Amino acid sequence: MVRKIGHVLALLALVVVQLLTLVSAFLCLVLCFGLGMVFLFPPQVRMIRWVTGMTRYLVRSSSGIVIEPPYLPKPPPPQPQPDGLYRSHRTLYKTPRMPAWNDRWKWMLTDPATWRDGFWLLLDPGVKMVLLPLLILLPGRGLRVYGLWCELLLAATASSRMAGQLSSLNRARNLAVDTQAAEMRRIERDLHDGTQARLVALGMTIGAAEQLMESDPKAARALMAKAREASAETLTELRRVIRGIHPPVLAERGLGDAVRALAMDSALKVSVQVELTHRPEAPVEAAAYFAVSELLSNAARHGGAESVEIDISTSGANLRITVTDDGWGGADPSKGSGLTGIERRLAAFDGVMAIHSPAGGPTTVTLELPKVLPQHWAGDVAKLPRWKLATVIALYGTAWCPLFPQGVVAGIFKLVGFDEKAWFLALHLPDAWQWPCIAFMILLGTAMYATAVAIPAHHKDHPLAPRNPLEGVGFC
Amino acid sequence: MNRVLVAEDLYLLRDGLVHLLQAHGFDVVAAVESGPELLKGLLELRPDVSVVDVRLPPTLTDEGLQASLEARKKVPGLPILVLSQHVEQLYARELLADGSGGIGYLLKDRVFNAEQFIDAVRRVAAGGTAMDPEVISKLLASNAKNEPLAALTPREREVLEQMAEGRSNAAISQRLYLSESAVAKHTAGIFGKLGLAPSDDDNRRVLAVLAYLNNR
Repeated sequence: MVRKIGHVLALLALVVVQLLTLVSAFLCLVLCFGLGMVFLFPPQVRMIRWVTGMTRYLVRSSSGIVIEPPYLPKPPPPQPQPDGLYRSHRTLYKTPRMPAWNDRWKWMLTDPATWRDGFWLLLDPGVKMVLLPLLILLPGRGLRVYGLWCELLLAATASSRMAGQLSSLNRARNLAVDTQAAEMRRIERDLHDGTQARLVALGMTIGAAEQLMESDPKAARALMAKAREASAETLTELRRVIRGIHPPVLAERGLGDAVRALAMDSALKVSVQVELTHRPEAPVEAAAYFAVSELLSNAARHGGAESVEIDISTSGANLRITVTDDGWGGADPSKGSGLTGIERRLAAFDGVMAIHSPAGGPTTVTLELPKVLPQHWAGDVAKLPRWKLATVIALYGTAWCPLFPQGVVAGIFKLVGFDEKAWFLALHLPDAWQWPCIAFMILLGTAMYATAVAIPAHHKDHPLAPRNPLEGVGFC
Repeated sequence: MNRVLVAEDLYLLRDGLVHLLQAHGFDVVAAVESGPELLKGLLELRPDVSVVDVRLPPTLTDEGLQASLEARKKVPGLPILVLSQHVEQLYARELLADGSGGIGYLLKDRVFNAEQFIDAVRRVAAGGTAMDPEVISKLLASNAKNEPLAALTPREREVLEQMAEGRSNAAISQRLYLSESAVAKHTAGIFGKLGLAPSDDDNRRVLAVLAYLNNR
């Protein structure tokens, strides 16, 4: 109760700020659009957003109504052109300050939420005054009503949510393309500097041996032996490159065994648990594999770990990988480039990484790749066994016969008093048995239809694999 | 004369292997290019030794390895030498899991050195083992924190590596330029330090060492 009264008081205190903001917003609008002092606009918008943000926070803590901020995502920082200048429309700037300001101005001005915020600010003090008696007499109920009012204007709309999704998709796509390109460059460099150079040397050695074949067979033989050695070295080099592109075990055995192989090659004590009935798509497997590989080497290099536990499991259509080590903890994605690399790789699949690494350890990293396994592996659609399917088909195929001709139609014939007996069983029976037989036929037909409907429905309620609800994990 | 089966999907390499083996007095009874053919050949022909590529059609995954494991399950100890472009401890462990010997696992590059390759084929045919040096070095690396292994002298370690690759005392003495009695002394030292029961049989000794290294 005391808390609620406190919340009410806080909301009322906010009215003072709101009124001040309202006055300054009005002045600002006049100065901004009347006298062209546009530089006043962004600070004003920021001020209003602070007030609405405060209100959202108060509403959430007082009535539990969560109001998502509706604002469009911030524009990305301006990128310099190849000549080092920044472009904004048809003007070039030496520093990114003006283009960034322009972007920000446009972002705030075109966001419908800015104007909805303004509208809310105009009406809210009045609404609070109207609700005042309710807020004082029944704070709980009053706060809820106030929360609903705020939700009406301050919550995210479908289009703002869509815009947010679009921009995060855009970011993920750019990241994926960048990662891909960087990977390609790395492979090209490896092949160019390593394998290609070695092959050139090999060709030259063989050429020299060819020339010496007649004049100095002994030297030629020595050169050939050298060439053989060089070819073995080239193969070793090539194997290393291939491992970096797509490890052969991964292609041959899938994620589970590839991670097991990784664990065996590691100097740490690694235990691996895999619970995967089917192989995910190859790109997902590769992303997951390289992420685990990076985490393992991190644990050994920076974490001072001695043993690591890797757990690969599925929940529904999601793939979840947990890597726990007993090192000294304190892993920070903002410091290590390896962790950012993993995040980037996973971003292409909407994957997220959660790190729990208190100083002193242990470190737990959870990778979650949502919806990467096809639905039918997740047990959502359980297939009907063949005999059940046959039963359902047979029931649908025959249930009409007792229900309609033998039951309903025969009944009508009897009611109307037709003489025709046709092939209706009931009408051929002695008088006393006719009605019971008709009733039985109708019941039988209805029961058959009911069973035919019930079998698949019952099956759907009990899919083969139990569905695990997602547990909440804090992501960073 | 040894009857050999060769399974390799690349024509050039298959042909090269067949010629190499024939030149060293082997009788190549079959040269197949896919997993199902391999399994059929292994079970029907029961060759004295088979040289098998891991990656074979139709799936081009580890078809050759699977066929070999399957055949050895039905015919325990059927000698098979597995060749691959890459070596994995995982595969080595699977091949060694039944502990019956007559097994080899080498990188394809080892074919370059015909003498050593043929030596490995002969060893496997005789029920011994031939493990690639790279597998052994990976095994030893992952055993780096193993106390008894760390207590070995550098010389003993060298002998252990050679032994794990599948060589007999005589072969080790030749390769390390040691007398056979010195090698025997080192082997006894290794077995003592690792707490393994000594054995006079070369093959059994090798398997004991590999089982020890695999059993982390």
